[in-house]
Amino acid sequence: MTDTTKKPEELLKLDYTPPKKGWMETPVDFKKGTYCYSAPQKHQEYLGLPYPRQWQPFDADWKLPENWKQIILEGMNDRLKKYRSFRLYMDICVRCGACADKCHFFIGTGDPKNMPVLRAELLRSVYRKYFTLGGKLFGKVGGARELTEDVLKEWYYYFYQCTECRRCSVFCPYGIDTCEITMMARDLLSLVGCNVGWVIEPASNCFRTGNHLGVPPHAFKDTLDFAIDEVEDLTGVKVEASVNRKGAELLFITPSADYFASPHWYTFLGYLMLFHEIGLDYTWSAYASEGGNFGLFHSAEMMKRLNAKMYAEAKRLGVKWILGGECGHMWRVVHQYMNTINGPADFLEEPVSPITGTKFENAKATKMVHICEFTADLIKNNKLKLDPSRNDHWKMTFHDSCNPARAMGLFEEPRYIIKNVCNNFYEMPENTIKEYTFCCGSGAGLGSDENLEMRLRGGLPRANAVKYVKEKHGVNLLTCICAIDRAVLPTLLQYWVPGVEVSGLHELVGNALVMKGEKERTTDMRGTPRKQEAK
Amino acid sequence: MALKTLLTQNKNSILQRWFNLIADTYPTGVSDFLKDNDRFTNPVGHTISQEINSLYDELLQDRVDSDKAAASLDNIIKIRAVQDFSPQEAISFVFLLKKAITDELGSELEKKQSFGEWLEFEPGIDKLASIAFDKYMESREKICELRVNEVRADREIAFRLLRLMGGKNGKHGEAVE
Repeated sequence: MTDTTKKPEELLKLDYTPPKKGWMETPVDFKKGTYCYSAPQKHQEYLGLPYPRQWQPFDADWKLPENWKQIILEGMNDRLKKYRSFRLYMDICVRCGACADKCHFFIGTGDPKNMPVLRAELLRSVYRKYFTLGGKLFGKVGGARELTEDVLKEWYYYFYQCTECRRCSVFCPYGIDTCEITMMARDLLSLVGCNVGWVIEPASNCFRTGNHLGVPPHAFKDTLDFAIDEVEDLTGVKVEASVNRKGAELLFITPSADYFASPHWYTFLGYLMLFHEIGLDYTWSAYASEGGNFGLFHSAEMMKRLNAKMYAEAKRLGVKWILGGECGHMWRVVHQYMNTINGPADFLEEPVSPITGTKFENAKATKMVHICEFTADLIKNNKLKLDPSRNDHWKMTFHDSCNPARAMGLFEEPRYIIKNVCNNFYEMPENTIKEYTFCCGSGAGLGSDENLEMRLRGGLPRANAVKYVKEKHGVNLLTCICAIDRAVLPTLLQYWVPGVEVSGLHELVGNALVMKGEKERTTDMRGTPRKQEAK
Repeated sequence: MALKTLLTQNKNSILQRWFNLIADTYPTGVSDFLKDNDRFTNPVGHTISQEINSLYDELLQDRVDSDKAAASLDNIIKIRAVQDFSPQEAISFVFLLKKAITDELGSELEKKQSFGEWLEFEPGIDKLASIAFDKYMESREKICELRVNEVRADREIAFRLLRLMGGKNGKHGEAVE
């Protein structure tokens, strides 16, 4: 038997340089841990998506429909006509490279196809081949290429390695929104039945029960009752919360993870305590029981379908306006798309805080106010009694969640709240916060466990900045205003920065809130003794 | 100790070469990006640069402090353990120091006295490689543990939902544990 063990000197002669092939000739290698599984057939069928079937990305045969190429190209043609932005983004890029090193996935993976310019080029090259004269005439020399099954697989791999966070767009001198290119690519993939499970299953659940987790109305009511009991145990105050109550002044909508996952749960308790304390006339809905909108990660049509239920429910209940919880992409949908896809919401009133009288003019079109705007206004008008020392066991930093930051410009309100509910707040470096914030690396439907290694790569730049404030200031808590962040960052930080926990902002508000008639609080909501240092 | 003097005098050029060799383990066109030394926008390049500097200093001590070396190696290995590398590619950057030193010092090492010292010095690098292997395994095991924890958390949510769908008092059906 031949001994194939390399001698020590041979080990030193490894060729570390990858083969010198162009990016067009380098096919995708689906390695475990770096891609998302496909969507279960039953959920595709439930949503009425085309070509539902069982298949997986690592299969050699993706069981594509026979005329898949024609379907994609016709779909592309339709979208180029329908969306001027798409056509513009396909044509306008001069490949200056300003975006190249701004993507968290490129920074974490070192994979050139994660440079936003090159990721977009995966689609542009096909666009050139079939829709431009130059591409038709000059082919590869003109940056054009045939649409093949390998190209389709490459799209699936890389367009589900983009979290649609839009950091790259901040740096693009032409304002190309690479997120919208990803949205188009995913939309095209769906035309031939290529979807990921972590997008389609929540969307299907949401369509069926009103929320991503598939919680039916009676279970929603039970979980709310359970939370009310927990608040009473903690504070001695029995809060009230109604469900599907017609005639309430406001409808409150938050991501389903807030009432069903951890550490979101404590944020949920914080909402209940706050609303009780100010005597807010509001209702929950067991049908519009989801703020998130995984439709955004699939197609404009799916986004529209899921967003519509929030406004339909507001109309049915006869509320004046909608208050929205700590969510990420819900706010991108509401702020940037809602008014043109489902608006105008002319059956609602321009939001005015019933407690302070403040008119939220910024929400004139959408009739929906962010909880951080609402709470910051309460604090500004001295409507809350707060004891920030109740959060003294935390040294915290704030992660600007991508969508509230870059799609809404919501920078100061959360910080204003933080400065009023805690005494130890430390910012991460300037080039990693606000509009330059780094994504958690797991948004836009990528947060599945099978994709963990890719998520760890994408989460590195964020975690690296957290590590800096941990080492410099002893930070032990990262607070954020997005349910996906709260779901995925605990795992990422356990790998990159052990010892830093994750919370929502209204958990800290709930801790600091001094409620009328409350008993002495000896612990925070998590059961951590107040005076004791957090682990 | 002629060799250690040489290694100290040529520290910057050896480290630069070591860094470049490591950067070349990434795809073509990416290594230039790794040279940007902003620790926040280029955590990979910055970590490599900082930690190989610490490792090099450690090797120049009379005795390598395993804890210090492990901490530096951990910072690099954690990154390479999740990137697109096979296990041997992930830790082989340690051996690249040998290449960096022989490339830089070349004929100096062939001198009889230096060569003897080199034979004494080289096992230090091998020791770093064996610590790197431990760190690589720790990282991979941590990834497995985290994945299991995520699956477990999902399962708990599913069970809780099933229980709630059964109703608090079994009104709507059988409660599921």
